Amino acid sequence: MEKFKTLTAVAAPLPMINVDTDKVIPARFLKTIKRTGLGKHLFDPMRYDDKGAEKPGFVLNKAPYRDARILIAGENFGCGSSREHAPWALLDFGIRCVIAPSFADIFFNNCFKNGILPIVLPQETVDELMEDAGKGGNATFTVDLEAQEIARPDGEKIAFEVDPFRKHCLLNGLDDIGLTLERGGKIDGYEGTQRGGQPWLWSGATPA
Amino acid sequence: MSRPRTLFDKIWDSHVVDTQEDGTCLLYIDRHLVHEVTSPQAFEGLRTAGRPVRRPEATLAVPDHNVPTTDRSQGVDDEESRIQLDALETNCAEFGVPYIPVTDIRQGIVHIIGPEQGMTQPGMTIVCGDSHTSTHGAFGALAFGIGTSEVEHVLATQTLIQRPAKNMRIAVDGALPNGVTAKDMILAIIGKIGTAGGTGHVIEYAGEAVRALSMEGRMTMCNMSIEAGARAGLVAPDETTFAYIEGRPMAPKGGQWEQAVAYWRSLPSDEGAVYDKEVTLRAADIAPQVTWGTSPQDVLPITGSVPDPAAIADTVRRESVERSLEYMGLAAGMPLSEVPVDTVFIGSCTNGRIEDLRAAAVVAKGRKVAEGVQALIVPGSGLVKAQAEEEGLDTIFLEAGFEWREPGCSMCLAMNADKLKPGERSASTSNRNFEGRQGPGGRTHLVSPAMAAAAAINGHLTDVRDLTG
Ligand code: SF4
Repeated sequence: MEKFKTLTAVAAPLPMINVDTDKVIPARFLKTIKRTGLGKHLFDPMRYDDKGAEKPGFVLNKAPYRDARILIAGENFGCGSSREHAPWALLDFGIRCVIAPSFADIFFNNCFKNGILPIVLPQETVDELMEDAGKGGNATFTVDLEAQEIARPDGEKIAFEVDPFRKHCLLNGLDDIGLTLERGGKIDGYEGTQRGGQPWLWSGATPA
Repeated sequence: MSRPRTLFDKIWDSHVVDTQEDGTCLLYIDRHLVHEVTSPQAFEGLRTAGRPVRRPEATLAVPDHNVPTTDRSQGVDDEESRIQLDALETNCAEFGVPYIPVTDIRQGIVHIIGPEQGMTQPGMTIVCGDSHTSTHGAFGALAFGIGTSEVEHVLATQTLIQRPAKNMRIAVDGALPNGVTAKDMILAIIGKIGTAGGTGHVIEYAGEAVRALSMEGRMTMCNMSIEAGARAGLVAPDETTFAYIEGRPMAPKGGQWEQAVAYWRSLPSDEGAVYDKEVTLRAADIAPQVTWGTSPQDVLPITGSVPDPAAIADTVRRESVERSLEYMGLAAGMPLSEVPVDTVFIGSCTNGRIEDLRAAAVVAKGRKVAEGVQALIVPGSGLVKAQAEEEGLDTIFLEAGFEWREPGCSMCLAMNADKLKPGERSASTSNRNFEGRQGPGGRTHLVSPAMAAAAAINGHLTDVRDLTG
């Protein structure tokens, strides 16, 4: 996973609530066995017309936002399906940070596993950032994970919260699985206890 | 004496392998279900890192999302689907993961077959790379959906890095009126609390109306917990639960059965356990429900009318309703019972079980599907299909003009050939009415199986109570 330290970029405003992962990437694009190459399908139904041509009104089709690396959205972003294709599509497009008043749990979690920083801020703050973002190409934001601060285009700093363990993993680009395997002895110990106390969990697991 | 605990607290506490200083836990995972869409990248990750699957025997894989629901003897036409299906089979063989092939009678939707095989049991932690894993919570198991990176994590370590969720209790008091089902109950709940109402929480469903449900009904409710934003849903295990599990292929046997049941009886929430949020509904207030918009919270009783966005003060919400109505092609004020349908889909992990097909058959029996309506019945698994055929339900459906298909996810998410065309409208027993969920431009109204059958017969959304009296 790529490290996340600081990010300076244009932010694309997407003032919609309940953006579900079917909207981020519809099911017909999930027939892939790879993690890459999904950026072209990001927000497909909003981004392209029936013939596959770009809809000029959609934010990511407008010049400055083609290079957006930050997305600002409404509440409950990423609800619905658990598909990790949603963060993969964002990442493949270039988005490394999503800011919203709230996120759906699974999507929020999936972001951290892919080097994307989801930031929760109060609605009023998101509204202000959304307005900044609407100013286009000259309005760049800087997200500093170490300092837990976003610098607005006018230089004002906004603090944000992030879970310390997830922050640590993002800053260092750490692979969760590697970290967990280091605790293999504890897992062995747990399994031994469970096998003794709840033996039915250890027999007949496999179907005939 | 220790603090009274909820069902969720008990399952959580008994699965913590290790706790970090900041409260992040390493949680043990008892069972892992795998399907073709969210697993290929996880297996690829293992392969690249040279890691084995830690407990293949605690894992079960089945293809469901991409499989055709028509004749399968000729294989799968769609090349991308075939590659994904083949990848699952090859990966399972390579990593020793038990696999149910598409040709096996036990094949079906992953959340239908887990319970059916007796794999789903109270007190377990169960995960799957699929948000509707919440279905298994009906057994009093902590079951939740995960992303592909986490699928890889579970395959490699049999654990997940997690933080505890908050506790929410939703009680439905009293008995459900006639014609009102588990599906209507969960839709009414989502209508009340909203699609983010359960975010960060595990919802425990309680109250007389929930206790009175069969396991099928409880699964329908827990299934849609994710549509309420919750990480998982739970129903406390009881005699109904034990009776459902007993004798199934993967259920505990002999002395272990007694031992397991004794443990399961200790799981229900303690008297005085505290919940972070509590909501109560009266069953008597719930009527058959139908969604009108593009979010499951856009739901009303079938006796209602399409809402008027002009009456909404909040700008973002008003715009979101306007956008929904435009997408759905509906005018404010139109009675919901007059909305015509082109397609009816009865199936999915929400409502593809035997009880659902029986409820639809009661309505279909001796009637005919309205002209111009395509009505699909897609059983949730091969065993559900066989059971329905044994009961003669297939004949009832076929005589009424429904199509009788092979099991799979089908038109719930339109990854296979079963999809709506742009502008087409369906009454569907699935769980999501998102834009394009059942095919690009398709319009979905979520309903119960009986309501779906009624819509097929009348050619428009219908109060099933008008047909069944
Ligand atoms: S039936 Fe629908 S909701 Fe259920 S697992 Fe399949 S696609 Fe997901």
